[in-house]
Amino acid sequence: MTAGFSLNDVTLGYDRHPAVHHLTGSFLAGSLTAVVGPNGSGKSTLLKGLIGLLSPLDGRLERNGLRQRDIAYLPQQAEIDRSFPISVMETVLLGHWRTIGLFRPITRALRRQAEDALVAVGLDGFGRRPIASLSTGQFQRVLFARMLLQDCPVILLDEPFTAIDAKTTADLLAVVTRWHGERRTVIAVLHDLDQVRENFPDTLLISRKPIAWGSTAEVLRAEHLFQARQMAEAWDDRAEICRRSVI
Amino acid sequence: MDPYAALIQPFVEFGFMRRALVACLALSLGCGPVGVLLVLRRMSLVGDALSHAVLPGAAIGFMIAGLSLVVMGFGGFIAGLAVAVLSGLVARVTPQREDASFAAFYLISLALGVLIVSTRGSNVDLVHVLFGTILAVDDASLLLVVSIATLTLVVLAVIGRGLIVECFDPGFLRAVGGPGAILHFAFLVLVVMNLVAGFHALGTLMAVGLMMLPAAAARFWAGQVTTLAATSSAIALAAGYAGLLLSFHANLPSGPAIILVAGGVYIVSVVAGPRGSLRTRFLPRRHLEA
Repeated sequence: MTAGFSLNDVTLGYDRHPAVHHLTGSFLAGSLTAVVGPNGSGKSTLLKGLIGLLSPLDGRLERNGLRQRDIAYLPQQAEIDRSFPISVMETVLLGHWRTIGLFRPITRALRRQAEDALVAVGLDGFGRRPIASLSTGQFQRVLFARMLLQDCPVILLDEPFTAIDAKTTADLLAVVTRWHGERRTVIAVLHDLDQVRENFPDTLLISRKPIAWGSTAEVLRAEHLFQARQMAEAWDDRAEICRRSVI
Repeated sequence: MDPYAALIQPFVEFGFMRRALVACLALSLGCGPVGVLLVLRRMSLVGDALSHAVLPGAAIGFMIAGLSLVVMGFGGFIAGLAVAVLSGLVARVTPQREDASFAAFYLISLALGVLIVSTRGSNVDLVHVLFGTILAVDDASLLLVVSIATLTLVVLAVIGRGLIVECFDPGFLRAVGGPGAILHFAFLVLVVMNLVAGFHALGTLMAVGLMMLPAAAARFWAGQVTTLAATSSAIALAAGYAGLLLSFHANLPSGPAIILVAGGVYIVSVVAGPRGSLRTRFLPRRHLEA
């Protein structure tokens, strides 16, 4: 199996301060991986690095021919203005961006696919509603419907189920499982370890540095989790230059 | 006074009133949608800043060619654009946010403009530049205002989808590789262009009024981008028409009269509009079943 992303001693961060450093390994194409770790351990930064919103401070990050538009990305705090006067259908249709771009028309077939996506996330008949009228969970369903249309081989989810109720989480997890069945590469930042154990075959545990990476059962062992909790939270303004040698 | 004499006759009788009305129509068509997008982007005050930024360019134009609205408009366009580009640049390459950099550059620009006008022109000219001359719009500047409105509508038709996405979900546009920065810049060009058009008619101080007040009022009447834009244009046109009549009959300066009518519409909208107004808040109707 080819690698979706391969990382060789990658360090990502801001202003020379690493958020996560010396990460080496691969997200294989078609794999379903959970990224787990304490708050501030560099999980979101890692996703931003994978999609290319952030360049590595060090090391090499290979996307193996994946272009940015092949990657669907659901940020943790989307910069979405939820009071914006736009309907659910129009929001979902944006998932067709690769086809419609700035100028091309939205055909009836594309519209039908959007309706199907709404059905798939349990929002049948919501198309005409303004997004301002949706609950948090309903809005997350809309964003999943949009990702369904994006039809990308790689999907990155940053805490997709935070502040989402059990029913919605279950429905959206079913969508994730469907993506996995379609051999898409899915990488999700998560906090609920039981959820990870049940649904995600692979796990990367980080805590500003890699703790363990591999099969979920192997990674989520007590000693690894203990190790992750010992993370140094500090942003030290006088931090020394990292001398750790390249592995 | 019979209705014909009050509402129609001034325009039939006087060419300058007809031209002023056509200028208002053109302004309304361009400023309506641009104002709505400004409000949706939470950039209402940036519009204000840009309208002041236009001044030094207009003043330099005035020094070169006297009270030629075309030359002054061109100068204003360049000055406004320079402020937009410089503030955008500072916001992109430093941690400073765009509202602060906009404020900085527009203040520099405004001071420069007042300096130029007051050293080189008489006070009457300053009043012209600041408060506009819609009742003295000549054919050349009418053509300019109408061309700007036409170009604005064409550009909006072409890049409207991009502008809306860039405003609604900029992160998504970035993630799918959309040209966010180019769209943002194109939008600022549209804003400056329409301010220049408005400044011909209403003066630099009032130009932004016909852009922001109708757009802010429209929010209480409409709930989609397209209907908001249409409502905003309609309000702007009504304000232009009523303001011109008011200034004609009561012998008031036309610019402030137009903007005050628009302001009146805004206040009525806040109080009594059907969407989120004070009326819906304090006199709610019985709730629905679902």
